Amino acid sequence: MSVTDAPPAPPASTGPQTRKPSTRKRLVPYWLLLPGILWLLVFFALPMVYQASTSVQTGSLEKGFEVTWHFRTYWDALADYYPQFVRSLLYAGTATVLCLLLGYPLAYLIAFKAGRARNLVLVLVIAPFFTSFLIRTLAWKTILADGGTVVDVLNTLHVLDVTSWLGWTEGDRVLATPMAVVCGLTYNFLPFMILPLYTSLERIDGRLHEAAGDLYATPATTFRKVTFPLSMPGVVSGTLLTFIPASGDYVNAELLGSTDTKMVGSVIQTQFLRVLDYPTAAALSFILMAVVLFAVTVYIRRSGTEDLV
Amino acid sequence: MPVLRLLRRNAVVIAGLLTLAYMILPNIVVMVFSFNKPNGRFNYAWQRFSLDAWKDPCGVADLCGSLSLSLRIAVWATLGATVLGTMIAFALVRYRFRARGAVNSLIFLPMAMPEVVMAASLLTLFLNMGAQLGFWTVLIAHIMFCLSFVVTAVKARVMSMDPRLEEAARDLYAGPVQTFLRVTLPIAAPGIAAGALLAFALSFDDFIITNFNAGSTVTFPMFVWGSAQRGTPVQINVIGTAMFAIAVAVVLVGQLVAHRRKNTGK
Repeated sequence: MSVTDAPPAPPASTGPQTRKPSTRKRLVPYWLLLPGILWLLVFFALPMVYQASTSVQTGSLEKGFEVTWHFRTYWDALADYYPQFVRSLLYAGTATVLCLLLGYPLAYLIAFKAGRARNLVLVLVIAPFFTSFLIRTLAWKTILADGGTVVDVLNTLHVLDVTSWLGWTEGDRVLATPMAVVCGLTYNFLPFMILPLYTSLERIDGRLHEAAGDLYATPATTFRKVTFPLSMPGVVSGTLLTFIPASGDYVNAELLGSTDTKMVGSVIQTQFLRVLDYPTAAALSFILMAVVLFAVTVYIRRSGTEDLV
Repeated sequence: MPVLRLLRRNAVVIAGLLTLAYMILPNIVVMVFSFNKPNGRFNYAWQRFSLDAWKDPCGVADLCGSLSLSLRIAVWATLGATVLGTMIAFALVRYRFRARGAVNSLIFLPMAMPEVVMAASLLTLFLNMGAQLGFWTVLIAHIMFCLSFVVTAVKARVMSMDPRLEEAARDLYAGPVQTFLRVTLPIAAPGIAAGALLAFALSFDDFIITNFNAGSTVTFPMFVWGSAQRGTPVQINVIGTAMFAIAVAVVLVGQLVAHRRKNTGK
């Protein structure tokens, strides 16, 4: 801890500014950066190095682990847990698409249609954040309960027949199926989609819509050619803010799913905290990180918005 | 069909409101079930109305202890992340320095990393250092992942600030410290407040990183997680409802104050 306690230098000292004011001034940004960057280096970057080293170690808890450059751990981990990997990416991807489809109309509503109710709707979007997300996720157990209203309605409309045929649900159940997990993921990450969408929609000049209308564009064309392209930064950061945490999430899979819906986060957690097989856990989390970083880089390149931070 | 036309014309509004309903529904369920009297250990099915849990919110062992621990961690994590993050944000916007790209990536990466990856790697570090898992390791972890969000929030605000205001203050013979305290800081305050609020919410509600690095210490989210296995006391819903109500009240009062200030200011 002591390393990070270094106090920042005051912007300028009270002494006479005669000799070397320029050197002192040049150092100011470094003093400002020092504590925070040190914190991130020690508690974010350094752990990654430790984890990389752990993933190529072999040994046991009793005898201790040693670096043996045992890269086979990666191969074994993938061979054993690729279903969980594929599932994680599939569920996170589906949830991201659903978040975009559900979130866009709401963000649009807040930005252009809410009028005086705008702040109220924004509060309603953010307020659920303040009830622990675990409690809210548990509420879905009640909502999707077997024989509950939602399941009954879906059954009557024969929706469950279709979803069962697709393998999303099982028989009369929604709980403990992929559909419940994706529903929970979508729910949990919707605000992360809506807020960036709203921010970029709000910046759009309303006169552009009028201009498009004056040029005989139908509302659909206006949306396709004007609104949506201008909201792209929001779409990109919203999808990233949804997909990244969703891919590593295990809370929804554990609370709303079954053993057949386990995601890779669950495996990492079990290997690390219960099985105590540190190399496998480290390798799995490294693979997850690599996959996510690769996907994010490709996505950012292709969508052409480099300036996200 | 006039009804159909009405539906088509307001399709966006209807879709938006349906999404809003989807987002609010769990909160309503949490609220309603805080008045439930369940048979057995799990509070998932409605039985009958009761005020028992509201009369005795701390009636479950360890519940309020975990809640106060979470609040304490959230307050300290918010303080730490806000101070460190604000300093970084000012450095990024106001100064030129080397390695800017590296600093930017170091701040962006924690936000672009699945939580479980950071959780597992941080635990590797703590295990290697032989650190005692508990309050301090959780606090360190929370400051780490809240930091980037504070930087982003403060940076946005500082970037939109007019630098001429500070020049004007200096022209009027304000010293650097005075300029900072009386001009820069008040203008940056909304950004800092937004960052702090976000940090508090993120820290208070964090489960995955905390679960890895807490050892045998139990925060409120960890208590809820455990109760999903052992049996969910109604008191959880009471606390969830109370937090929701407090949050909405705080935001509404804030809006009201801002609104009034705006009106009297003109």
